[in-house]
Amino acid sequence: MTKHRTTPITAAELTAEFMRLKRGSVTRRHFLGVTGLGLAAAVAGGRTGSFVREAHAEDLGSQMSLATWPNYHDPASFEAFTAKTGVAIEVNVFGSNEEMLAKLQAGGTGWDLFVPTNYTISTYAKLGLIDPLDLAKLPNYSAASESVRFSNEGTVDGTTYAVPKNWGTTGMAANTSKLKTPITSWKDFFEVAQTEADGRAMVHDYQLTTIGNALVSLGHSFNSIDPAELSKAEELLIKVKPHLFAINSDYQPGMRAGDAWLTMCWTNDGAQLNRDIPEIAYTLGTDGGEIWSDFYAIPKSAANKPAGYALLDFLKTPENAVKEHVANGTPTTDSRVLALLPAELTSNKIVYPDEAALTVLEFGAAVTLTDPGRAEVMARFKSA
Amino acid sequence: MITAALAAPAAIWLFLFLILPFCAMLVFAFGKRAPEGGYQAAFTLEQFANLPSRAAAFWNTLVLAPIGALLCLLVAYPVAYYLAVKAPPQRRMILVALIVVPFWTSLLVRTYAWMYILGSRGLPNLLDLVGIADVRMLNTPGAVLLGIVYGYLPLMIMPIYVSLEKLDLRLLDASADLGARPASTFFGVTVPLSMPGVITGVALVTILLLGEYLIPQLLGGGKVFFIGNALVDLFLQSRNWPFGSAIAVTMVAVVVIVLAVSMRIAWRFAGARRVDLV
Repeated sequence: MTKHRTTPITAAELTAEFMRLKRGSVTRRHFLGVTGLGLAAAVAGGRTGSFVREAHAEDLGSQMSLATWPNYHDPASFEAFTAKTGVAIEVNVFGSNEEMLAKLQAGGTGWDLFVPTNYTISTYAKLGLIDPLDLAKLPNYSAASESVRFSNEGTVDGTTYAVPKNWGTTGMAANTSKLKTPITSWKDFFEVAQTEADGRAMVHDYQLTTIGNALVSLGHSFNSIDPAELSKAEELLIKVKPHLFAINSDYQPGMRAGDAWLTMCWTNDGAQLNRDIPEIAYTLGTDGGEIWSDFYAIPKSAANKPAGYALLDFLKTPENAVKEHVANGTPTTDSRVLALLPAELTSNKIVYPDEAALTVLEFGAAVTLTDPGRAEVMARFKSA
Repeated sequence: MITAALAAPAAIWLFLFLILPFCAMLVFAFGKRAPEGGYQAAFTLEQFANLPSRAAAFWNTLVLAPIGALLCLLVAYPVAYYLAVKAPPQRRMILVALIVVPFWTSLLVRTYAWMYILGSRGLPNLLDLVGIADVRMLNTPGAVLLGIVYGYLPLMIMPIYVSLEKLDLRLLDASADLGARPASTFFGVTVPLSMPGVITGVALVTILLLGEYLIPQLLGGGKVFFIGNALVDLFLQSRNWPFGSAIAVTMVAVVVIVLAVSMRIAWRFAGARRVDLV
């Protein structure tokens, strides 16, 4: 890496450096860095900012791309990162892990950092789509303070491919001012969706949760790939479909506008909706459902890996992570961050449910990501 | 020689970006889905055998696209007629600009705006105030048709306007002098003479609609499904490239047949009427 000097360069040193550059013994980048000409050129080109910031920006480029989920970050975090490093962040929002995988398989995503869920990491590693993480580049990440329950799937065969962002649950959000029937299970969810919430219920555009919760409501495992059980789930989903308001993983706009009264919902959206509209309640299924952790990983194809690492390290820094959790309403996997979280978050039952409510929940299984049966059931349900 | 040289760039372009991809698609359509998704070489007809599972999407597309194009035509024709025949010539360019300018904004943004107009807090809320309760508009086939008419209107108005602009107004006077009522002048003279524009407009809008994805996605809530949506799903979620290719190939075949037949009928109709006039 190019060393930046803080004292002005002398004429003799400049000449010497120039000769080294001409001989080819140093790179142009080294020359521009060591002589300060790179900075001069950048300033002359209209870029402002401190010397320190410029020193970073030279290595990190001026922009990067992040693939993540709806309503999942504090925009202020990105602004702070850009102010600190000069790197602008382009954010791409996805509704399912399958969509992220499809984009990575097709190539040319341009993502430098993305947010896959626990059950996908082993497949990404197997397909060679993500890089093993160089933990030396993440000084603010602390493996020791991460909860093993939520971080273990980031490590495949002893190699760390991903570090956790946060954990969460997949439950249901209901507008209690509109719906009088108590909804406490996935069985209730699909019944109310066809009756009291006719035309007002939403399911995710996501095979794992939509099929998984349908399976749970029928008494099967969230992760089943058994053809007979899947066909029962498909039957239920196709029966419910005419009664749905929409099939969409970005359900906050619909719930906030009052178009939708009931939806499959992730912890963070449940916490955000309940915070702004108290009559929207978030419940976990008593019959089952999903518990998950999301990770940060760097695609093998990333064009700007230094910026990917820099943003990852920035977001894993406890003081920055706290702001993210406060904004998006997810529970943390990192005990350093937990200690810093405000009490209103740690005592929030949506964010931190009682351990007893979690025991029926299942982590998504890797096999569901690539199982052709689940993919086809979802696609048929949507095109029915 | 010069003609060949001038045509070469277009020919190379079409070969690289139309013919070659189509050949790749054809090859994929006979393949198999790889275990983790994508394409695995094979020679099987199983993808084509699975086509009936997407019957609803085919049906939606083949029904809603022509209906959308015809609704577009009904709305566009009076506008084009007013622009070309009735509007004062000095204001004509301003009016044309007013139709084209919204096109400078992304269709995505304009369609998003409709989500709010059709959502509970939009028109249904107003209807509620005048006593018509619980009207659902968003995420229905009607909303999709509305979005289609809105989004594609300028593409229909322009060709019709161009053909009506060339209309010799003396023909209308002649028709009146010979005793025709305004209605029969309109249907006997104006409409036949504007048929080239009408056919171009309907064909243009129908072809674009057969590949529509965005409007059903946003205004249909993922429930009103076009073939375009099924394709996006197969490539970007299920990662079943061979089946997606088989659907795409089938769609191309269906479109070619539908267009060939309907264009032939349309031109025969237009041609016959034109001979009558001369």
